[in-house]
Formats: sequence, structure tokens, C-alpha cells
Amino acid sequence: MATVAVTAERENYLNKEYGIRSWLLTTDHKRIALLYLASITFFFFIGGFFALIIRLELLTPAGDLVQADTYNKLFSMHGQVMIFFFLIPSIPAVLGNFLVPLMIGAKDLAFPRINLLSWYLYIIAGVIYLHCIVTGGVDTGWTFYTPFSTAFSNTRVIEAGIAIFIAGFSSILTGLNFVVTIHRMRAPGMTWSRLPLFIWAHYATSIIQLLGTPVLAITLLLVVFERAFNLGIFDPTRGGDPLLFQHLFWFYSHPAVYIMILPAMAVESELVACFTRKRIFGYNFVAMSSIAIAVFGFLVWAHHMFVAGISLYSALIFSILSYLVAVPSAIKVFNWTATMYKGSISFTTPMLYAFGFIGLFTMGGLTGLFLACLGIDVHVHDTYFVIAHFHYIMVGGAVMGYLGGLHFWWPKISGRMYPEGWGRLAALLVFAGFNLTFFPQFILGYMGMPRRYWQYPPEFQVLNVLSTAGSTILAVGYVLPMVYFLWSMRYGKIAEDNPWGAAGLEWKTSSPPPTFNFDETPEVTWEAYNYEQIPAPPEVNVER
Amino acid sequence: MFDNFPLWPARASAGAGNVDALFIFLLALSAFMCVAIFAMILIFSARYRRRRGIEAEQIEGSTELEMTWSIIPMVIFMAIFVWGAVIYFHERTPPRGASEVYVVAKQWMWKLEHQEGQREINELHVPVGRDVKLIMTSQDVIHSFFVPAFRIKQDVLPGRYTTAWFRATKPGVYHLFCSQYCGTMHSGMIGQVVVMEPAQYEAWLSGGGTSGSLAASGDTLFQQLGCSTCHRSDSQGRGPNLVGIFGKPVHLEDGRTLTVDENYLRTCILSPSKNIPSGFKPIMPVFQGLVSEEQINALVAYIKSLSAAPTGAAGGPSLAPAGSRSQNSKE
Amino acid sequence: MSDSPIAIVQHPEHLHHFVDAEQQRDAAQLGMWLFLATEIMFFGGMFCAYLVYRYWYYNEFAAGSRSLNIYLGTINTAVLICSSLTVALGVRAAQMGNRKLLVILLLLTIVFGFAFLGIKGVEWYQKYEEHHIPGRTFNADDLIRDYPQIHIDPRPEQIYFSLYFAMTGLHALHMIIGVGIFIFLTYNAWKGRYSPKYYTPVEIGGLYWHFVDIVWIYLFPLLYLIDRKPLR
Repeated sequence: MATVAVTAERENYLNKEYGIRSWLLTTDHKRIALLYLASITFFFFIGGFFALIIRLELLTPAGDLVQADTYNKLFSMHGQVMIFFFLIPSIPAVLGNFLVPLMIGAKDLAFPRINLLSWYLYIIAGVIYLHCIVTGGVDTGWTFYTPFSTAFSNTRVIEAGIAIFIAGFSSILTGLNFVVTIHRMRAPGMTWSRLPLFIWAHYATSIIQLLGTPVLAITLLLVVFERAFNLGIFDPTRGGDPLLFQHLFWFYSHPAVYIMILPAMAVESELVACFTRKRIFGYNFVAMSSIAIAVFGFLVWAHHMFVAGISLYSALIFSILSYLVAVPSAIKVFNWTATMYKGSISFTTPMLYAFGFIGLFTMGGLTGLFLACLGIDVHVHDTYFVIAHFHYIMVGGAVMGYLGGLHFWWPKISGRMYPEGWGRLAALLVFAGFNLTFFPQFILGYMGMPRRYWQYPPEFQVLNVLSTAGSTILAVGYVLPMVYFLWSMRYGKIAEDNPWGAAGLEWKTSSPPPTFNFDETPEVTWEAYNYEQIPAPPEVNVER
Repeated sequence: MFDNFPLWPARASAGAGNVDALFIFLLALSAFMCVAIFAMILIFSARYRRRRGIEAEQIEGSTELEMTWSIIPMVIFMAIFVWGAVIYFHERTPPRGASEVYVVAKQWMWKLEHQEGQREINELHVPVGRDVKLIMTSQDVIHSFFVPAFRIKQDVLPGRYTTAWFRATKPGVYHLFCSQYCGTMHSGMIGQVVVMEPAQYEAWLSGGGTSGSLAASGDTLFQQLGCSTCHRSDSQGRGPNLVGIFGKPVHLEDGRTLTVDENYLRTCILSPSKNIPSGFKPIMPVFQGLVSEEQINALVAYIKSLSAAPTGAAGGPSLAPAGSRSQNSKE
Repeated sequence: MSDSPIAIVQHPEHLHHFVDAEQQRDAAQLGMWLFLATEIMFFGGMFCAYLVYRYWYYNEFAAGSRSLNIYLGTINTAVLICSSLTVALGVRAAQMGNRKLLVILLLLTIVFGFAFLGIKGVEWYQKYEEHHIPGRTFNADDLIRDYPQIHIDPRPEQIYFSLYFAMTGLHALHMIIGVGIFIFLTYNAWKGRYSPKYYTPVEIGGLYWHFVDIVWIYLFPLLYLIDRKPLR
């Protein structure tokens, strides 16, 4: 600790106790958040590694890097790892766990021991899935469609299904904890309308986690039973219906995408407010739009099945509903943009991620309009157009939101500042690399390159090469924060309580916070985002 | 310049233009929205960047603005929806009189059979300007029949028929892809659609040796499997008379009324207990496991041929209503 | 050590992170209701599959339903309803501070739980003997023979039994968990850890048990009572 002059270090949740037992048996939501941070980062790099091999294989039209079966496993496991072991937990389990009690003025979540259990379930699931990977993997696609997954695949479907089933419970318990905490443990004066929009969005996310994940659980369990006990529920030769699986699967998996994006929208609201030094324009509408997304998100699942063999009339209904669900997201984008009007904008790393989020989420969301459109979807369904669409939202949107949030709250979490210059560089690399990777895929999709293709016709090669080139830049952009965050924990500038001059109860306590969050329970008498009352920090830019 | 680096798929069907038009409209709309939002962000970033002494102005919101930017997008979305729905409706409603091609997908190949009996693997020859209806099923897992140049795609399911149709407008050779992941060689389950001028197509048809039309082989099977014992065309049999039933409603024992289509016939053959017509006893044997997909296709084609409307201009004179033949058969 | 994150709590009715005992109780109840909502969604997926296939394969479902032992099923229903009674009375006993009564009622509930599971085991064994377990050993010839008035296709008959085993199996698993929870509650009750001031675990354990009971109330008619009209 000799590199920077330090005042006597106050007791906080990090230095309160040392030793592995104090971490593995903690019930402190902040420590659990860090346990999750480490675990999901690990899985992010596993999933990313699979992606890199996929992109390398796709440099050439022929299948010449790995075998077809291997490729099929790679994209299946890339999807499952990224969705179930990275994206779904990411913001809620790391930032949500850390911040929800702080933001509402509570000492911890409602059920701290269940919170720890939630992490252990995630770890157990992760270990089982890792075992699945090293003993042969799974090649059903992340979507486990029957009857391929139940009766034709020769891979470790049962193991993967069980792992994801258990991970689902982790997700359910996190959601349960958040809902109860937000309902019952707000500090005096913290009314619903004074809540940060981060809380509103996490509340909506938690509702989806609670109500949607169990359906995935039963669906995967039925697939596991069918494989293990030779039941016939999805077997067409015994009268089973493969479409039933799809309905049950997508009933969860569509709302799941809102589990992934709503928390990023949560972060976005906080970043835009802080770095324009303004209350978010249209607070009520942004808050309500989160709830609307959660509700409508449950009504659109069969837009993944327009060419699957559903009836014409179902398709019409699901298409209309899918347009309805686009409206609240659009409202958010408009409100964030409007917030910038007459703001006082600074271009810190978190704000760069925030800008990137709006740009990429807008593009991804607009392409959703293409997919909701029946006439277009017939052509682009199951092509690279869809892949580009969801990566724009999940990577361009959710991951940028996650990174932006990590940077923003890093001083609060670690008590240190990350190096701002490197932060901005990484943000720009991620943005540039991302666009180069995924924009060509829209073109590939409309041209007709199908998904999940190990080999492809030669006219698709140039765009694939561009995409792979982009992915290398993107990879660098992701590795950089890992390096400098670790670096900052030892050598970063010591952070003050509120280095950004941000609104929110979490900034009223020390960086890092004490174990029980506040020395005294706060009493809230002000509205959210009261930036007119908060002096801007003299120098928002921090030294390199 | 763009021959080896094309950026737009070929347009080779009657419907492709409509799909492209809608797509271009959406592209324009999206580009406009992106430009609008990005421009505003850039302008605000420049104009309202943080400056010493200048504070942000706290603005709560504006309900009028919220209403505006909710309702206008909603209206535009509904317009897009309607446009897309019209195209989709058209895509999913094969026209009457379309010639039919039966498709059986299996890991990892496409097997196609024309009504005239022509069989193809991973290739589909069609004439320009003719409506072609595909009647498709899978032998194993879910596949999907995708021809980008025609802008058509339809999942092919085991245990059911699904249909798609197109009218090719430009001679050429176009990609056929399987677009529903189906296992190891999913990316190898590709082929081509060969669109020919009508004269060339007739030449191709008569060139290959066929064993008679699909309906004719169905007729033969109908005798061989003993169907004709109960399904007599003089309505004296223990099973319903199958002449003229295709496309018509049928009343079932359990009170339902269904239309006799390909899926109905398929269910009757494989799972007769599901569809007992009223007035008949549930005594038809189950043929699941005793007939292949191709044989089912042939039987279905035959039964269709017993109905009034000629199915498919491609059939022409070679498709004599096979019912006339059954009059002479062993009865 | 009282500040350590892993300290043993001295006041179970008022854990340190709650403002007061009432907040803790409210939080626990809301938590259990939300958890039960997730359980409804969980079983709901299976009920959806059931509904679809019953509509498609009514005959096969009717025949399969007739093959279940309605006497054992009815007894089990009665057993579960009685167990819900003992649970409700147990909550009241806790409320009134009657430790002995509470322990007796909790034990009775466990006994009923085991009775249910035992009878269910017997029923499953009967299905095994009749070759009604889906898969390679499945044989619906006896159904075809016994119910000639119902025209049965043996293949979708397997779907009925697949759903039968999946639904009753998952229900039984929840019962086992419930019995485990009640063993835990009984132990704590016997140790005197519950009082009128603090009996939340009994209350929310009771909620869980009632839920498992209600699932059975739905399963019983759906599986056992599809069509018991006398056949012509």
C-alpha cells in the first residue's frame, strides 16, 4: 500500500474480515456480488473462447478448422454458457446484489442466506456444466429443440439440462430476494416514486425471473426425463408434438431476453442521469415502461415460431403483440435522449458505454421490427440476420450496460478508481469491434446464410472475414478492463465517497461501504435524481 | 463488380419483390430513426457538454411528448404489421391449381418427388411461371426448407405435413438450404432449385425414367395394402368412400368437423382412431411403421386424384383420375 | 463476534438486517407466497402439456385414467386433506403457544405424508406390474382388451402414462421435501423455539404444505377421473 498516500483506512465490507471462510460463508450482499463477479467473468471467457473458435472456423467457407460435430457443440455451448451462466446473472447478481439494498437504504437483502444459497446453486450448476463440456459437450443448439435433443443427439443433453435447471433456481431465488426486499425494506421516506429507475427495472426483471424461469425448469426436466426414462411426450412416433416443446421453451426464453436487457436499461438510466447531471426526462414513463416490458414480454413468445408450423392466425396475433412490446423500449430511448437536452454532459468511460448502449440498442431494437414483421421474418428467420439482431441487443446492449455499470460503481465497490484513459480506449475498442463483428451479419442474413452452419457457400466469405476481424478487436476490448480493474485494486487512485457527484443513497456512504451499508439508516426527504442539490465534482475526469 | 461479393440475394420468385419492398421500407425507416437519434445525441453532446458555471436544467418531462412518441411509432408499427401480414397471408395460402411436389426431409438430405413421378435428391427442377406447392414432412427431426432467392422458408416436421409455395420468375440455379438445425451435417443439407424455361422443363421431365406418376404408385399401393377392401367407391365398404372427399368437410364421431386435407389423410393412415367419421366403426388398422413417408405421399396423392378438381397443371394428361382404374380392380 | 457476517443470530424473530420483527415476518410471508407462485408456473408447464394431449388423445387418456386405482387415489386425497387440517391446527397451536399440541400435530402431518407416499408407491408398483411404464416395457394390450368400447391407439397411450409419472413423480418429490421441512419444524418445535411471538417458520411451512395439497387436488380428477362413466 505504499504507492499512494492513504489516510487511516476505515473499516469497510472488504477489510472487515479476511480469509476464505469469511468469503465462502458470507451473507453480506456486497461480498456475494463479488463472488458472482468472479464466477461470471470466468464463464464469460469460456463462452468467449468458444465464440473465437467459431469465428475462426468461419473465416473460410469450408469446414476446415474443427469437425462438424465439434462446431455444433461450440455454438450450442457458446449460447448456453453466455445466456445462462453469464448474461442472466450478470447485472442483477453483481450490480443488483451490490446496489439494491444500498439504493433503498437497507442493511442487506431480505434473505441473505438465500442469497448465498443462490450463488452456491450457480456454482454447482456451473461445475456440472463444466463437466458436461469436458466429457463431450452438448450439440442441440442452445434451444434444445425436440425430437433432436430427446431422441437423436448423442451428446450430454441430460447433464446440460440439469445444469441449466439448477442455474434457473439460482435466478429464481435472486429475483425473489429482490422483490421482497424492494417491497418490504425501503428506508423511511423512500416511496415508490422516489426509487431510482435502476430499482424499478430490477423489480421488473425479478418478476420475470420469478414467473418465467420455472417454465424453463419444467421444460428442461421433461426433456431430461424423456431421454433418461424413454417417455414419449415429445416423440412424434408416439404421438408427441415437437411444437409443444417449442411453445414451452419460448414461453420462458422470450421473457428471458428481457431479463437480460432490463438490468442494462437500469444501468443506462443511472449513467445518463449522472453524466448529464439531470433527472431522467419522463421518470414515470421510464419506470412504467419497465413494468410494461415485463408484462408484454410474456405475451409474444411464438414470434420465434412464425415458420414452425403454427396457425396463420396465431402468427398474426403474436406479430401484433410483438409490435406492442417494442413501444416501451422505444419510449426509454427517447427519454434518455431527451434527458441530454439542456444537460451538463461529461464524457467519462461510463458515459461512453452509455452512448454506445443507446446507439447499439437502438439498432438492435429496430431490427426487431423487421423480425416481428411476418412477411420479412419468413425470409430472415434462422439466418444470420437474427444472430446479428440479438447480439446487437445482448452484447451491444446488455454487455455494454454491464461494463458501463461496472466502471461507474467500481469506486463504490472497490474504493479505487480505474484508469480513465484505458477505460475510454477499451470502450471505443468494444464499440468499433462490435460493429465490425456484427453489422456484416445483417447483410449475410438477408442474403440467406443460415444459422448454425459449419460450412457455407463461398459468396458469403468476405462478410464472414470482416466479422471475424471485428471479433478480434472486440476481444481486446474485453480483456483490457479485466486487466486494469485488477490493476486498480492495488494501484488505483483511492476513491472518495462520491467521485462522480452522483445522486442515489449508495453514494452517501463510504467507498467501499461498511458491512451494514450505512452508519445510520437514512431518512429520505428528496426525490430521485436531485441533481440540482448536488454539487458537481470539480474534476469528473480522474487521473490516468 | 459485386459478382463474387454480392450484397443482395437474387430475386427469382413472384413474391420476392414484395418482401424486398417491405424490407427496403423498413431499412429506410430504421436509417431515418438512427440518423435522427444519433444526430440529436451528437448535437446535444456538443451543445450541452459540461462547461464551467453552466448548470443542467431540470426538466421533469412532457406528457404531450410522451404521447406523441408513443402513438406515432404505434401507428407506424401497425402499418408495418398489416403490410407484413398481407405478404405472410399470401405466402401461406397456396393458390388453387398449383402443381405439387412432395418433399421428404431426412438427416441430411432432401428427397423430392414430382406428381409425374420424377424423383430428385437435393435438387428441385421447376418451370418458370408455374405455381408450385411443396407438401413436406420429415422422417426424423425438424428441418426447414429455405430458398433465399424465393424468400420462402417453412419448417418441415416429423409426424405432419407442412406446405409452402412459390412461383419462380427467373430461370437460374438457386440455393436450397436446410435452415433448422438438425444435427451433424445440417450445413451439408443443401441443394439447388433449378428454374427452367417451360420447354426445357418438359424435356427434362420426359428425359428421366420414371415409374409412373405419384398418384399411380399410390393407386398400386392402395390395392397392395388392402385399402380398397374397405374403402370401396361403391360406398358398400366398411370404410368411407374416398372419391371426391378431398377439400370437403367431414363430420367425425366425436362431433368435430374437419376438412379433408393432406394432414387429415395422413392421420387417418397412421392414427385412425383419432379421426373416425360419423357412422363408421373404429376398425381401420394402424399403418404407422408399415408405410414409409414416400408411400404415404403416394397414397395421399392418389386419394387427392379421386377428387373433382385436377390437382396441378403439371399433371396434365398423365394424371388420369386413378379412380377409373380402381373400377377394374379386384372387387 | 456479533458483527461478523457469519455470526449465529441470537434473536431468530428479529434478524439484524430487519428494522423489526414485524418487517421480518412480512418479508418471510411475501417470500413464501412468491415462491409458491413460481411453483404454480412450474407445475403449470406440465398441466399445459396435459391439456394439449388430453384434447388430442381423449380416448387414450380415458382408458389410462380408468386403469388407475381409484380407491387408492381417493384414500390419498383424504389423507392429504386431513394432513392440511393438522397443519392448519398446528399453526393455530403455535399461535397459542401450545408446544405439546404443536409437536403432536406436526408429527401427525408427517405420518400422513408418509402414508401418502407409501400408497403412491403401491400404485406405482401396480403400474409396473401392468407394464404401463412408458418405454421398452410398455404394453397397452390389457387396456385394449379391457375397454373394447374405447378405440385405443397404443402409441399415444404412452403419453398419458408419461404425464402420469411426470406429474405424480414431481408431486411426490415436493411431498418428500415437505416431509423433510416438517421434520425440521417438529424438531424445532420440540426444542421450544416457537412461540406466539415467533412461529413464522410454522406458518410458511404450512403454506408450502397446503400448496402441495392443492396440486394433488388438481391432479386427482385430471388423472383419475377423466371418464368413469359405465361403458356400454
